[in-house]
Amino acid sequence: MSEKILLNSSDIERALVRIAHEILERNKGASNIAFVGIKTRGVPLAQRLARIIKGMEQVDIPVGSLDITLYRDDVSSLSFRHVVQQTYVPFDITNRHVILVDDVFYTGRSIRAALDALIDLGRPDTIQLAVLIDRGHRELPIRADFVGKNIPTARTEEIRVFLSETDAVDKVVVEKPEGENNGSE
Amino acid sequence: MTVKYLLIKNARVVDPSQDMDQVCDILAVDGHIKAVGKKLSSEGAKIVDASGLTACPGFIDMHCHLREPGFEQKETIRTGGAAAARGGFTTICCMPNTNPPIDTAATVDYIMKNASLKAPQVNVFPIGCITKNRQGRELSEMAELASAGCVGFSDDGSSVNSTRLMMLALQNTAKLGLPIIDHSEDEDLADGGHLHDGWVAARLGIRGIPSVAEESMIARNIALAEMTGARLHLTHISTRGSVELVRTARKKGLDITCDATPHHLTLTEERVMQNPLKPGVSISFDTRAKVNPPLRTPDDIDALIEGIKDGTVVAIATDHAPHTLEDKLCEFELAAFGISGFETAFGALMSLVHGGRISLSELIRCMTCNPAAILGQAKATGSLRIGSPADIVLLDLDRKWVVDSRTMLSLGKNTPWEGQTFKGMVVATFHCGELVYSDNAIGIS
Amino acid sequence: MGVNEARTGTAGQENLPQLSIGQWQHKHVLDLDDFSKDEINLVLEIADSMVDILSRDVKRVPTLRGKTIATMFYEPSTRTRASFELAAKYLSADTVSLDATKSSVAKGESLIDSLRTLQALEVDAVIIRHPCAGAPYLAAQHIEKSIINAGDGCHAHPSQGLLDMYTLKRRLGNLAGRKIVIIGDIMHSRVARSWIWCTRFFDINLVLCAPPTLIPFGFRDMLKTCGLNHVTIEYDLDKAVVDSDVVMPLRMQKERQQSGLISTIREYMQLYQLNQARLAKAKPDAFVMHPGPMNEGLEISRDVAYGSRSLIEQQVTNGVAVRMALLYLIAGGKNR
Repeated sequence: MSEKILLNSSDIERALVRIAHEILERNKGASNIAFVGIKTRGVPLAQRLARIIKGMEQVDIPVGSLDITLYRDDVSSLSFRHVVQQTYVPFDITNRHVILVDDVFYTGRSIRAALDALIDLGRPDTIQLAVLIDRGHRELPIRADFVGKNIPTARTEEIRVFLSETDAVDKVVVEKPEGENNGSE
Repeated sequence: MTVKYLLIKNARVVDPSQDMDQVCDILAVDGHIKAVGKKLSSEGAKIVDASGLTACPGFIDMHCHLREPGFEQKETIRTGGAAAARGGFTTICCMPNTNPPIDTAATVDYIMKNASLKAPQVNVFPIGCITKNRQGRELSEMAELASAGCVGFSDDGSSVNSTRLMMLALQNTAKLGLPIIDHSEDEDLADGGHLHDGWVAARLGIRGIPSVAEESMIARNIALAEMTGARLHLTHISTRGSVELVRTARKKGLDITCDATPHHLTLTEERVMQNPLKPGVSISFDTRAKVNPPLRTPDDIDALIEGIKDGTVVAIATDHAPHTLEDKLCEFELAAFGISGFETAFGALMSLVHGGRISLSELIRCMTCNPAAILGQAKATGSLRIGSPADIVLLDLDRKWVVDSRTMLSLGKNTPWEGQTFKGMVVATFHCGELVYSDNAIGIS
Repeated sequence: MGVNEARTGTAGQENLPQLSIGQWQHKHVLDLDDFSKDEINLVLEIADSMVDILSRDVKRVPTLRGKTIATMFYEPSTRTRASFELAAKYLSADTVSLDATKSSVAKGESLIDSLRTLQALEVDAVIIRHPCAGAPYLAAQHIEKSIINAGDGCHAHPSQGLLDMYTLKRRLGNLAGRKIVIIGDIMHSRVARSWIWCTRFFDINLVLCAPPTLIPFGFRDMLKTCGLNHVTIEYDLDKAVVDSDVVMPLRMQKERQQSGLISTIREYMQLYQLNQARLAKAKPDAFVMHPGPMNEGLEISRDVAYGSRSLIEQQVTNGVAVRMALLYLIAGGKNR
């Protein structure tokens, strides 16, 4: 396995600041928006976005966390079951602009599950999607509204996001299986 | 009819009736033992090379269930006889819980005629009912049953609950000189129970059968036997308390005997919950180990073995109780009691010999001359004395084999030893000088 | 129950126990004797998320969509059956029920035969209640599907044990050193038998209090042989209840009087009924539980059953959540 760093700590920070600007622009300010992070690493990213916006607009934006295990469409085909964690959305999402936050956007299946889970909690005005990395290979007709960085990948590669809140360090790496020709993509 | 000669060469002959244990030959002529000694020879005899094998008198089982008439789906006289021969038995006594039960001379007759036709490998001696229809209300016609051929009386499966009726029965059998072979169980205490009333029953949430259910009835029956002077044989005793009661009675000089079964001598209550697939991990409710009296505790096994060693437990009987698959393949509390025991008896018991708990001659004594003495039958002496019927079993004491119910000759495949490796095997059985079973591994010329 | 209460569940948001789902090894749920501490904790943790779902307006998640769960009850039961069926439905599984007391037992259809039918109908898991101890074990040996024991004779009732543990953990937090008294018909109680297994890891002091006639003869020997040193037996309720944290009377069947196990219901009530006077001897904040169905005014007085210390209704609610967790663990995941 070879590993290459794609984003370092300041790259991540810059990407999030840009996303924050785009969110404010798209929603014409910070009123009536809420962040919901998808477990596990979407949650700290959502918290960071809320912090960045507070720095810019002096507004507290509610942040929730969503566990999508019970909504996955691949429960039967996984070789193991996921531990179900708790969903924690301590505010009413109805009539809000809810921004789903996730670390890596890949097939779209997690987002599909998250949309289902979110809709069971209420009826938001809009649901938007913010992701740190978009690595392509969509299997569903879903697109992101805000993307930190587009990274074309091979399916055999793995994108791993490390965040200081969960992993003690901030970085995004791509892992390629051994023997893969790095120049082939 | 031509004279038939059988010569068994170079066997280790173990005959407790003569305190014999030596390598020698056995010569049988016309179905009777003619000579036992070194370097015997006989012109034209069928010669069996028994080098490395052990020869004993054919085993005698005082307690089995052949299920015919009435329950032929469980066992027939034909299949039961074949299974007995495979187990090394040449004489078996069948219990009367058939349908109709053995409470008339006609039924005795039916069984004996059928046995001579369909089970020529063994002597089949019927045991008659103590009470009509085994209902515990009126005594059966014991004198007629005796003259028809019954060798003893029992309501096996039940006790005679009425103390007075049991007293009257013993008065009658005392006159007839035949034993009552009693299943002693206080039904008031035992009914609804499925297991020994110990820790396993408590753990599984199943009603237990206390040891006292057996012991209290044995105490009553011994008192009645003392009062009437009758012969009393207590069958399948299973507890330390029972052994002690019999020991005390015998010390007083009463004509009280008892037997234990191979399963009560080797298995404990825990066998029910041992999962053969995942030992020690999870539990099971194994109906193959459901039997009445129930499998008891290691201490009870110790007591039964002490009883064999000091002569309190004089016999070992199989209580061969074949059942259909459906009788056992069901909920534990609905399953039938019983173990199909003919074909596993010797293998199971040899574990006691190999384990040093009893000697080979103690084992053989309990399966041959001792039960013969209780039955008092000229046809089954349990001995290789000159003139005795040539009922002989050849054993390989060290041969290992795996219990596989599919290969059992009995219709009852209900064995708690399925898949277990036994050391010690019956390789041939002779009844009245005829080879009635062999496992094909012996050389006959 | 709102989102905030969900946070105070057995596993707080901040310090989730480090459990790997890979530790879950059970194809069946037959009893709790083969559950490890981690496995019990895993069920309780997942139950937390399920309680969360029960508190929503939309009480349904698509987790077991396309799966079929069969219930097979050979004993009349309204509560446990409804609880399991709701649990399955909240997870979007289809349910089918075989009313075995009426249909097949009357016809003499064997348990295995009925199960084979269900297997042929391609159900994914079968929930069995049966009056004979060990019936679910028989089922597990003879069909390929997962079996969940919903009560077998006097032997086991594992989902009840787990839901009671969940209820306790939610209300008491740390269970170490707690004194819990179960009162009544221990002999015939599958609940008590499952309890002695699931409490063994939590340093609980479990006291079984019953008349001597309602404790099986081999019970002490069993506790010793199985190493269940946290369980003690006490015949005198007035002694047993002193300083207890939780008191749980068991249902007393009136038939026990006919079979002589108790002399009269009247005397039983005098000696073993949980009433205010007896509850006053427990700790001031002691809780009252009952596995149901209750004989109000027999083993428990009405004021205690519906009093402020009673967790009886919460047991029922939590029962659905715990059964959802079990179904998720059994019927979710890879088909075996």
